[in-house]
Amino acid sequence: MSTLLEVSGVSVTFDGFRAINNLSFQIGDAELRSVIGPNGAGKTTFMDIITGKTRPDEGRVIWGEKSVSLLDMTEAKIAQAGIGRKFQKPTVFEDQSVRDNLLMALKKNRGWVGVLLYRPSTSDLQKVEDLATEIGLYQELSRKSGELSHGQKQWLEIGMLLAQDPRLLLVDEPAAGMTLQEREHTTDLLVQAARTRAVVVVEHDMEFVRRLNCKVTVLHEGSVLAEGSLDHVTSNQDVIDVYLGR
Amino acid sequence: MERSFVAKNPSVLVFLAILSLFTLGVTVLSEGFGIGVISTSFVKTLGKTLCLCLIAVAMDLVWGFTGILSLGHFAFFGLGGYMIGMWLMYERTRLIVVESLSQAEIPPTPAEVVDAIGTQIFGVVGSSEFPLIWAFSHSLTLQLILVVVVPGLLALIFGWLAFRSRVTGVYLSILTQAMTLALALYLFQNDSGLRGNNGLSGLQNLPGVTVSQDVVSLWFLWASALALGLGYMLAAWIVSGKFGSVLRGIRDNEARVRFLGYSVEVYKLAVFTLTACIAAIAGALYYPQAGIINPEEMAPIASIYLAVWVAIGGRGRLYGAVIGAAFVSLLSTWFTGGQAPDIPLGFYTIKWVDWWQVLLGVSFVLVTLFAPQGIGGLFDLYTNQRHPDRHGANLGPDEGALREKEASL
Repeated sequence: MSTLLEVSGVSVTFDGFRAINNLSFQIGDAELRSVIGPNGAGKTTFMDIITGKTRPDEGRVIWGEKSVSLLDMTEAKIAQAGIGRKFQKPTVFEDQSVRDNLLMALKKNRGWVGVLLYRPSTSDLQKVEDLATEIGLYQELSRKSGELSHGQKQWLEIGMLLAQDPRLLLVDEPAAGMTLQEREHTTDLLVQAARTRAVVVVEHDMEFVRRLNCKVTVLHEGSVLAEGSLDHVTSNQDVIDVYLGR
Repeated sequence: MERSFVAKNPSVLVFLAILSLFTLGVTVLSEGFGIGVISTSFVKTLGKTLCLCLIAVAMDLVWGFTGILSLGHFAFFGLGGYMIGMWLMYERTRLIVVESLSQAEIPPTPAEVVDAIGTQIFGVVGSSEFPLIWAFSHSLTLQLILVVVVPGLLALIFGWLAFRSRVTGVYLSILTQAMTLALALYLFQNDSGLRGNNGLSGLQNLPGVTVSQDVVSLWFLWASALALGLGYMLAAWIVSGKFGSVLRGIRDNEARVRFLGYSVEVYKLAVFTLTACIAAIAGALYYPQAGIINPEEMAPIASIYLAVWVAIGGRGRLYGAVIGAAFVSLLSTWFTGGQAPDIPLGFYTIKWVDWWQVLLGVSFVLVTLFAPQGIGGLFDLYTNQRHPDRHGANLGPDEGALREKEASL
């Protein structure tokens, strides 16, 4: 398995506070990974750096076979390169239908002229319907996404990510505020997605992480504290001290 | 599955039908071609109103759909007017000068003609030299191109600078306002080359046209209606597809659109520039009907009125913008024209010429608070559309985001 994303020696300081401290992280082509850590461990900042929202003070972020640096690219360019991100709070376009949300996310030319002249082909609409079926929203295609329940919005957002067909998926607390059944569906979606692409899940909920059954990275004070299987990291004394022990 | 554009947007057809009926009706009732019920000056008012509707459509595109509250679109409107005004004034003055010089015993040289035109046009600001910006004023074709190119370029450069540094929300509004003010103040100067505060005048007289204003006013009415119809169709086409989805996405949550891989700045720049060009075309049709243009027209207040029209009409729906602009500007003409009856209260008489702006301001506040969908929202009552369960929060984190109350199905 080759390395898809390599973050090495990255540090970020906000007003003297070191949010990320000499962090290094690697993920392969088709890998599912959980990132856990207490509040303020730098999980969100870590995602911000990869997606181009925050520029690190030092360090390197290398992407793909061609080993391009993500640090000089805009958010849009990084997304086009194949990194998709799901936010903690479900952020779908509430004023638009589920179909429009998915169509907008569908992997297509992102240039403004191309988008202006774009009219969905039958195969595009078919793709959207397939995706909607996969995330359990086929019945809701024509509804405004603002009317969906919280859990449905989360799925729609995951669906939009899948429509983008990214090579790396960054998912921030996908199970927050979900019922048990919804969680199971979400787990399935993520495990399914990780068969063909890399998926990084940031999560607080240990139960959910256990169900994902994947390698775990523990962040603490902006750097990696431990890495390995869930059982391995939960038996690590440092991890128990800073995270689980509290 | 794929239906035609008109089938998916029946409101466009309705709009075009109403617009054509209106134009036909005015023509039949006019003095120029019809039975003379509507005076020529009122035909001009109606023609001007159509131009204001067109710029309102542009404003709705940039504000209602993209969430950029531009308070500078009247600058583009005015610039469009200046560009066409330069040719109108040059050509008409040239005809007069040639006419009067032809009485002379020695035929005038071309240089003498140009000098005489310069003296005629710029005498009022104590000059007779043609400034550089009048270089193309002899050619109608070139000036017509400039109508779109000059405001378009200004919007492109301004927008590029503003959007690239990610200025958004109120700060962007202030910036656009500053641009308008700076442009107006510059044009007020006598050496700006556009006759300072005198502006350009006599624009209602088309050079070489001998028919009366009764007829000319109708030509412009037709042209304005045509421009409005085309502009409306263009705007409806733009917002109907995925491009429209992206624009609405930018309005409600710009960061999310960025993470989908769309270059938000480029889209904003495209819309800002396009709407500036539409505004300029509206201006180029408006000022020949108004007859005069001066820098006062670009004062910041004009652009604020534009936002008020769109808000009262209902932002985020194109016909709302048209209704708002037509309704408020015609009402404004009625009130400020002294036609509204004064209200004597005994101790004080309410003169609408003075109090109209207060009334407008209060209506604006009331509409924003209690009927955020504006007049356009009445159509939802009529079609009895089911509304999602909404509470009034923003639909997205951005400042231009539509509120839940505003959004309709």
